Amino acid sequence: MNLLEARGIEKRYGGVRALKHVSFDLRAGEVHAIVGENGAGKSTLIRILTGAVQADAGTVTLDGQTLLHNSPHRSRQLGIAAIYQQPAIFPDLTVAENIALVNEPGGLLRRIDWQARRATAKELLDAIGADIEPERIAGTLSMPEQQIVEIAKALGGNVRVLILDEPTASLTERETKKLFGIIARLRERGAGIVYISHRLEELSRIADRITVLRDGETIDTRQAAEVDVRTLIRLMAGRDLSAVFPKREVPIGEPVLRVNGLHCAEAGIRNITFEVRAGEILGFAGLVGAGRTQLAETLFGLTPPESGTISIAGQAIEIRKPEDAIRAGIAYVPEDRRRHGIVGELPVRANSTLAILNRIASGPLLQMAAERTLAESWVAKLGVKTDGIDAPANSLSGGNQQKVAIARWIATEPRVLILDEPTQGIDVGAKAECHRIMCDLAEAGLAIVMISSELAEILGMSDRVAVMRGGEITGISGRSEATAESILGMALPA
Amino acid sequence: MKSRAIAIGIFWAALLAVLAWRAPGFFEFANLRDIAVTNAPALIVAMGMTVVIIAGQIDVSVGSQFAVASVLAGTLAKAGVPLPLTALLTAFAGMLFGCLNGALVTALGVPSIVATLAAMAFWRELLRWYTQGAWVQGLPAGFQWMGLGQAQGEFAILTATVLLFAALVRAMRNLQAGRAVYAIGSQRESARLAGIPVNGISFGVFMLLGALTGLAALLDSVRFSEVQSSAGAGLELKAISAVVIGGTSITGGKGNLWGTLLGASVLAVIAPALTFLGINAFWEKAIQGGIILGAIVLERVTSQRRSK
Repeated sequence: MNLLEARGIEKRYGGVRALKHVSFDLRAGEVHAIVGENGAGKSTLIRILTGAVQADAGTVTLDGQTLLHNSPHRSRQLGIAAIYQQPAIFPDLTVAENIALVNEPGGLLRRIDWQARRATAKELLDAIGADIEPERIAGTLSMPEQQIVEIAKALGGNVRVLILDEPTASLTERETKKLFGIIARLRERGAGIVYISHRLEELSRIADRITVLRDGETIDTRQAAEVDVRTLIRLMAGRDLSAVFPKREVPIGEPVLRVNGLHCAEAGIRNITFEVRAGEILGFAGLVGAGRTQLAETLFGLTPPESGTISIAGQAIEIRKPEDAIRAGIAYVPEDRRRHGIVGELPVRANSTLAILNRIASGPLLQMAAERTLAESWVAKLGVKTDGIDAPANSLSGGNQQKVAIARWIATEPRVLILDEPTQGIDVGAKAECHRIMCDLAEAGLAIVMISSELAEILGMSDRVAVMRGGEITGISGRSEATAESILGMALPA
Repeated sequence: MKSRAIAIGIFWAALLAVLAWRAPGFFEFANLRDIAVTNAPALIVAMGMTVVIIAGQIDVSVGSQFAVASVLAGTLAKAGVPLPLTALLTAFAGMLFGCLNGALVTALGVPSIVATLAAMAFWRELLRWYTQGAWVQGLPAGFQWMGLGQAQGEFAILTATVLLFAALVRAMRNLQAGRAVYAIGSQRESARLAGIPVNGISFGVFMLLGALTGLAALLDSVRFSEVQSSAGAGLELKAISAVVIGGTSITGGKGNLWGTLLGASVLAVIAPALTFLGINAFWEKAIQGGIILGAIVLERVTSQRRSK
């Protein structure tokens, strides 16, 4: 009998069908991986399993018992624990308090036995071989340490189903090994593990079976030993790689952006030297926290550099604030689309012209007709699907929001375009379109810096690949030399 | 946001209909003119408040600013300063009050509710210490109704209000700064990354509100032959209520001045309407609160239905 089973799960968010009749099962003592692109429905499925959201249709059963009125509290009592990519700790409480919060019995007026609380925490941390003081304030721990506290928390609840969402995203190789050790111990105890990861190459080391989700549907479940990374990528994308990454070779011109010995302590980047040529896409690979976004922010004047030089087309420039960068011809489409990219409440029209307000103004007054013409042309050029240029940007789908964010920056007629995770969280179709736009822009002579955590995207779109680790560039290789292995080798801590 | 304004509009129309039925005297020109003139200063403050709230900030010190500016206007007039200069100096003083708030918020990063709460107490207490609660009396004849006589004076107040309103509507729609106000209120970081001087704009909205408050204080003071040192008590709540009732999002980014005009109009008629309908004026605040709550509940209900 399956330990955990989900049948015919349906979930809608507004007009979007996030899950379409998804089925998934987990046996005791098994590690079952779920893979899929961003937006494929992985997190929605997990949230349904843990009761954080309710499915619109379908059933979840544990030991053959249907889970009704599931809630995070109830699922925890039944032994289902989830650990998310971003540790859900309370940063101002101690480690022991964090662990106790979910494990000790409830009751608002219950007296706390502080000594027992500390002892339990110590015991749980020891059980997984973690050397963390229970009295420490959780917020002072590093990200991997916080994750370990999360695992200890899950163990305390006598976990039967452990759901790990991208647990290794910020872990070093050594920490990853340790985590795999803990997972092995748990499965020996008969727990089932749901494992979600973007690092496809590590799945063969840890998973028994792999289920692929795409656009909210279960595509296939296979034995991990029988599939290779290429097959997985194809299943996840649902089409040939060349369709998702329509890379066109365009003539590469003169160097546009030159960065030499860039240092910024605030951003945590050191000795950054590279150049990007006209028509070239330079991919930046690395783990989360390797300093790629920080580098982009330094180039864009958000964290001004302490030393080193930046030059555009041979001209040295000083960048102290975003206005300087924009003037110098640098455009930056940030990673967090909702918070940094678009201005959700403003219409598409206003979003597309936000960085060029002085160009659509005559004197102090904005020329509405000019703005409309401009916005219409961007919507048409980039194929933005919207109810019109007066629709608020947050009414658009993620992919179309991203196109609007890109439109805003192309409108500034930049020479260098920095794209940070340009296709994160958007569906495959929109992704392919964003990639096509990137190729068009490169062809038009832009120098493009593309930061991406998706190896397939890095390999599929870059002319050259720069890899970062710990705030430094550890290697730059050409399109023909770069492989998944070589990139990971440079990205993972030695 | 639209739905909130519509709900309020319906309520307002209903109230006016009841008045037309039970107390047609309400619609006499003299009465309507009185209501308009009395409430014009509060509307001017609410206009500035709309801009501040759309920018994602708030200013609860406007009542105190208004009081200081009123006493300043009276004191200047009494000292024989000509009226145009008094008006200019009062607006300028208001602008300085706004600059202080703006500086606290942008340069020191104090949350606007805290900064302006401090300013509210500071100005009010400073004024109390300075005037010892005394009114400014014995104003020159040229001060009341700006020396124009009541009819012309009232006309001047209303004209000034309409002109300010029209100018501000145009500015919010067509000035780069107006667009920037919406952008920083909606998504501060996005706006900053788009090269918008976020701190400069935030500073500017407080400055604008201060100047408008100063001007409003002058237009209010000239209605009387003396200036009360307790002027503007509760004005901050009235202004913020008008803005919120008008559909402007209290978290910024959304809203417009037409909504605020509607909100101010609703608030303006409640008290006189009660008098005309023979209901105890005691109910005014309760009804005000009820309207605000009703408007927001209705908006939430309709927006939830829409998202389903």
